[in-house]
Amino acid sequence: MGKRVAVTAVGMTRQRSARPDVSGQELIGEAVRMALDDAGMTRKDIDAIVIGNMDHFEGINYVDTWSVDGSGALMKPIMKLTTGGTTGTTIAMAAYYHVASGLFDRVLAIGWEKNSESDTTGAIITAFDPFWDRPIFAGAVAGLAMEATAYMKETGATEEDAAYVAVRERTHALNNPYAHLHLNMTIADVMNSPYLSWPVKMGDMCPRTDGACALIFASEDVADGFPRKPAWIHGVADRHLWAYTSDPYLDFKTGEAWFPAMQKSSQDVYRRVGITDPLEQFDVAELYLPYSFAGLRYMESLGFCEKGGAPALTRAGTFDMGGKCPVNPSGGVMSSNAIGATGLIRVAECAWQIQGRAGDRQVPDVELALATGFGGCFWSDVLVLGKEKPEKARG
Amino acid sequence: MSEEKKDLITLESGEMAQPFAWSAGTYGSKFLTELRDNKKFVGVKCPQCGKVYVPPRRVCGPCFVELTELVPVSDEGEIVTWTVVSFGFVDPATGKQKPVPYCYAAIMLDGADTVLLHFVDETDPEKIQIGARVKAVFEEERTGSLLDIKHFEMV
Repeated sequence: MGKRVAVTAVGMTRQRSARPDVSGQELIGEAVRMALDDAGMTRKDIDAIVIGNMDHFEGINYVDTWSVDGSGALMKPIMKLTTGGTTGTTIAMAAYYHVASGLFDRVLAIGWEKNSESDTTGAIITAFDPFWDRPIFAGAVAGLAMEATAYMKETGATEEDAAYVAVRERTHALNNPYAHLHLNMTIADVMNSPYLSWPVKMGDMCPRTDGACALIFASEDVADGFPRKPAWIHGVADRHLWAYTSDPYLDFKTGEAWFPAMQKSSQDVYRRVGITDPLEQFDVAELYLPYSFAGLRYMESLGFCEKGGAPALTRAGTFDMGGKCPVNPSGGVMSSNAIGATGLIRVAECAWQIQGRAGDRQVPDVELALATGFGGCFWSDVLVLGKEKPEKARG
Repeated sequence: MSEEKKDLITLESGEMAQPFAWSAGTYGSKFLTELRDNKKFVGVKCPQCGKVYVPPRRVCGPCFVELTELVPVSDEGEIVTWTVVSFGFVDPATGKQKPVPYCYAAIMLDGADTVLLHFVDETDPEKIQIGARVKAVFEEERTGSLLDIKHFEMV
């Protein structure tokens, strides 16, 4: 049986549109030094490192070795991960497995991206199949727009329903000094913003961001020795869905599942952790919502409500600060999206919430928190974090 | 620009060419040569679940079995979902701005069980809908590329 694992320290750069004042290594170093300070540790206390970004976005394809000055990985075990939008949560899951396996006690997880250094849409297009996707695909914005079109057709949801998500995320971000966008947006602002790819408007979309995040994962044998209270990992799961950008749309056609990768990964981890009613049981959720419509469909895929039920709950403020389960107190991905860091930031925000260290965005009395990662052809990582040490380690 | 920013140095990658060559595989090549030479679509059928894949692939993901039976499919089908792209971006395949606006859609050809991504020659969101029937229009000069299909037109 594996070891139980906790997040014991957090480091994060402020998320910004561009950081020309630092190189990638230096950006990584900012988050790492903050995490080490938070842990009351030095580089020598770290047993192993997991690092990731979308390396071809920056055009630097060996970041594990190139970044050792920033990561502190010089002559240490290090593993690099690159899984698209899910990169950050994959890093968290891999760090969890490193520690849960019993092989390492203190693992540093680092996610980062400098989107300002490349053309993000161009880079995303080259992540897809050269024959069947690239000639037609217009990157994440248009891919997500196709999801939105299908979602509206299937449920009767409107563009204005999505605007409620956009406004919520931007409003929450005003409480977060780390967030990239601090926009006081109204529903009208979102609805009047120009279309990027119908039905997705400028106000519905995430930005491209520079930033880094670092977490320290510790085993149950050492977790209580840190200055901060541990935020325990209760369970993790991931699922990948098919191969080509067109594959996810079959689900809309057949109606067999509602974002199957997210549905299956969340059901898997809920079963192991004992979640039967996510809306009742989670106190806060930090979800990878790359655009507004995701804040509708993903709530349904994650089991917070029935298919088509998210617009009404969203409009009622269920997922606002002060609501039944606040979603993205940080402002989420729609307020900051340094792609390789984004998923890890979701986990970091959950840890801060559990530790009671989330400042002006703190949700009271967080016992159980949900984090997700999203990427590529609609695949999904799901992590559950809690204040209490789980009774056993879970896969 | 602040004095501080003027002192920050950026290195640009410049006008570099970085040639790659990708293999379409046996069935991918068959699909593309049929498009090029005969203006026909070919799919491949799973012996276990019966699903017809267009474009063809070697393995049925859910069944995890090798696919061998090539089957013809129609050049007409229906829109499963769609968008009209209006933001400007550089096509990484050509290095040129993609002409916008353009509509692209997930299209399920008659006889296929998977969807093909392609352009639809309509950019007014009022005139496009899920379930709309479309038909392939081919380029005069064809080279063995998905772009041998000029676009799909509404029928």
